This record gives sequence, structure tokens and C-alpha cells, in this order.
Amino acid sequence: MLIDLVARRAAFALLMVALGAATASAQFDPGGSWAPLATEDVQNDSLPVDYLGLALTDEGRTRALAYDESQKSMIERQCQGWGAAYMVLGPFGLRMSSQVDPVTRGIVSYTIDPWEDWNGMTIWMDGRAHPSENALHTQAGFSTGRWEGGALAVHTTHMKAGFIRKTGVPLTDQATLDWRFFRHGDVLTVLLVARDPVYLAEPEIISKGFRLSQAPLDFRDPCVTGFQPKEPGDSVPHYPPDKNPFIDEFMKFYGLPREAVMGERETLYPEYRKTIKDSYVQPPPCVNSCGAAGNFVRR
Amino acid sequence: MRLALTAATVLVLWGVAVPSSLQAQGGAAPAPALAARDSAPIDLTGYWVSYVTENWRYRMVTPPKGEYRRIPVTPAAVPIINAWDPAADARAGNQCKSYGTGNIMSVPGRLHITWQDADTLRIDTDAGTQTRLLRFRLREGSAGQASARAAAPGARTWQGESTANWERAAGGGSLRVTTSNLRAGYLRKNGVPYSERATVSENFDLAPLPDGGQLLLITTTVEDPVYLRAPYVVSPHFKKEPDGSKWDPTPCSSTW
Repeated sequence: MLIDLVARRAAFALLMVALGAATASAQFDPGGSWAPLATEDVQNDSLPVDYLGLALTDEGRTRALAYDESQKSMIERQCQGWGAAYMVLGPFGLRMSSQVDPVTRGIVSYTIDPWEDWNGMTIWMDGRAHPSENALHTQAGFSTGRWEGGALAVHTTHMKAGFIRKTGVPLTDQATLDWRFFRHGDVLTVLLVARDPVYLAEPEIISKGFRLSQAPLDFRDPCVTGFQPKEPGDSVPHYPPDKNPFIDEFMKFYGLPREAVMGERETLYPEYRKTIKDSYVQPPPCVNSCGAAGNFVRR
Repeated sequence: MRLALTAATVLVLWGVAVPSSLQAQGGAAPAPALAARDSAPIDLTGYWVSYVTENWRYRMVTPPKGEYRRIPVTPAAVPIINAWDPAADARAGNQCKSYGTGNIMSVPGRLHITWQDADTLRIDTDAGTQTRLLRFRLREGSAGQASARAAAPGARTWQGESTANWERAAGGGSLRVTTSNLRAGYLRKNGVPYSERATVSENFDLAPLPDGGQLLLITTTVEDPVYLRAPYVVSPHFKKEPDGSKWDPTPCSSTW
């Protein structure tokens, strides 16, 4: 009898070990502070009219060329922030936490805290459906997640019309984002696939690396509006068609082909290199701001 | 009878739980009997094309001499960067310096991934016509085991020596590759160096595309005690292609 009891308890203990091992290998805890690695560049050097690495439709390109970054000086737009995609486009890290059902102890959601000009994100893990397409659209959108093959897979809808680049490349409110969070050791790689039926000719795919930080990231600086020489009610700064004064600036600065800077689809594939091999002229040697991660050229 | 059943349950569960626990702890568990090819949790084989949406200016064209933005180089690297001479590299037969493992996955082009044998994954690149061999831990009793144990490290090469293992997860997993014994090379075409002491760690992950396609993401970490003051991490990605009809091998170039 005693031997039987011991054997049963041993069986139960081993069952728990087996289940625990399976759970641990199926997912990871994304909670904590993740510092940005900033070794990959999608904003290039923050110069206007830089659409490198994008596949834009004609509508998307036209709308982007109308963008004047002075829009962000309008007092009602200063703290508007950027859309969900800015998580991997911006310079900041991630501070993530989980929320637990008080009864079942299951994970209800993961939260990524906002930073100065990004609105944060809640990823619902409890199996809830996305709301009606007529439901409220926000900068952060509505995100649901699930575990797939060891990665956290997230789908985001219901975003306000916004941007996918700070250079004014637009997204409509019909855009959707699909994310994968991969963790390998202390490195978290976040993969973004952005689709927009109006402004993107092909999905925009971005990945950004983060490293687990022992020190918690501090995002306590909220956006505070300040007076700029624009009054509420003034017209929104923009450029009429064919009047963008910066259309050639980035292209000339680096000697880049126009179609690449303008976000033509074929420029994203290796065979495009053959078409520019004989015409591309390497710019003169770099003399200013040539190095260091995150060291942007300022106009 | 009941005792016998319980004992049998214990033994079955022991078989399930203990090997994975030992592996997780890096213990001395024997290598799995199945070949790496037969136990692959994900299928990486096929043709893949670079989709260059990041670092476009550093990958699709040769950036200006002297620019190393976003690479955490040491002071020792700066004179080398500023002295980059592609013509001298070509004369010395070093036109493949930017096609080594430290950079090859970021060079725009196509990959052809196949199994060379049951425990060796092979990656051919059409850009620079390079070949990488990713060798999984040899199984007990497999043909190459004895010779591998006896073999000394070979001469340094652009692609070095790569060991691979599967990192498994429910419903999938990842390929982990570590490479060393490299020839000194470039992290970018314009001469940002890594030394022969560099090591490269990579994870190969798959993700579905919303249109039904498949994406290969390679998170790459280059560590170099000579020319990098911090790990250099990039994650180039590739779209799967249906066949090799666009495969176009080209030789290494020191300028383009």
C-alpha cells in the first residue's frame, strides 16, 4: 500500500515535470525591459522624402510627398504620437508586462508601455475576437496574440489613419499589422509585416532587435505641448502636388537612384542592383557623423 | 497489477521528462538517434530571396568610404575603415571579404538551402557564389563521428566552421548556428572590418506571410573582441520562392 502510494506520487510529480517542460519550451515570458539595439536602419537619416525600402502605390507616394513635417508643430498635433508600427521604427526600447486573471491565473494580456510619442499596446491573449470594423479606431489599434512555434504572434487592426515612416509615408485606417516576437537568449527580435490595401503595393516588413535590460527602462517623460507659431485652426502645413521642396535632397545627398528613394516596388529585390550597377556613383568619403549607433545626420 | 501499472506509468513519464530536462541543462545526455534532417521541427529548404526593406543604403549600394553608422566599432577599427581600398583587396584576391559569414546573409541575393547529408544543412548563395555548411552534432555511431573527433580545426575560410542545433518549441522551433574559424572580413561592402577572432551566432526562424507566402528571418549576432565594442545584431529576412528560376550566381566583387 505504501509502495503504491509512493509510486502514484512519483508518477504525479513526473507528470508535472513533463507538462512543465512542454510549457517552458512552448513559450517565453516577454515581461521586462528590452533595450533597443539600434543597429538596423529604416528611417535612414531622418531626411525628408526618404522612402527607401518601401513598396508604395502611386497614391501612397503622392500622399507622402504632400507631407510637411511642420504639421507636428501644430499644438493639437504635437502629442498625437505615432501609430503602432512605430514600436519597431522608433528609437525606444520596450517595457513589457503581463496581466493575469485573478481566478484562473491565466495570462489575459501583455502590455507594452507607451513612451513619449508612442501610445503603447495591449495584446489580448484570452481568445477574444476583434471588434466590428465600425468600432473605435485608435493610434494603438486592437491587438490579439497567440503562441505559434515558440513565437508570440500578434495581429493588430483598428488603427487610426497614420504613418509608417516619420517622413510622412501614410497608412490608412484599413491597414493591418502582423507581428512575431522571437526570443533567443537575451535577444528579442520583433518582426512586423504591415499591409495597407491603399498605400502599400507590397507588405512592409521590418525587424528590430532588443536586448534584455537588467535596469528597468524609464519612460516617465510624457509629451507636453508647447507654443509654436501655429494657432489652432490654422491650415495644416502641406505641400501641393509637385511642390515638395525637399524632393531631391536625400537622393542627392547620397547619390541614390530616384526610383529607390521614391519607394518603387522593384527596388526591394536583388535583381534591381543589376539595373543600377553601371550608373551608381559612390558618394565622396564620409567626413561628418560617420559612425556610432543612432547617430543621425541633422539638417 | 495496479502497482505494476503505476510503475509502468512512472517509467514512461521518466522517459518523457528526464531527457528533455537533461538537454535543457546542457547535461551529458546522448545525442538523439534521429538524424537532424529527420527530426527537423521546421523546413528551411528551398529558394529564398532577400527582401531589402532595412539598411537599404548599406546593402543595395556601396555606402561612402568611411561611414560605419550603426555599427559599434572599436577605435582600432576606424583607421582600417578609413584606409579601405577595394582595388588592393581585388589585387590580393580578397574580393570576397564582404561575403563572409559576418555579412553574407545581408548581401542582397538568393539562398538555396538543401540537405547535403542527413546531418549537414547546406546554404548556397548566388551573390558571391558562396557555400555554407551547417553541421549538426554528430550522432553516436554515425559515419563521420570518429573522423570528426580526430580532426583539428581546418584553415580559416570566409564561411568558417558552423555547428547547428535545433531549438524546439511546441509546433515549431528554430535553427541555432554558431560559426567561428573565419577569415577576417567586412561587415559592410565599404570595409567595416571583423577580425578572424569574430564569432557569428544565428537563429533561423520562419513566419507565415498574410498572403500565404513564407518568410525566413535570420537573427545574426556578430561578436568580435578586436573591432566591435558590443555585439552587432541584424536580422535580414527572405521571402520563399517557388523554384530556382531566378537563381543567378555572380562572383564576389570588392566594389559592388
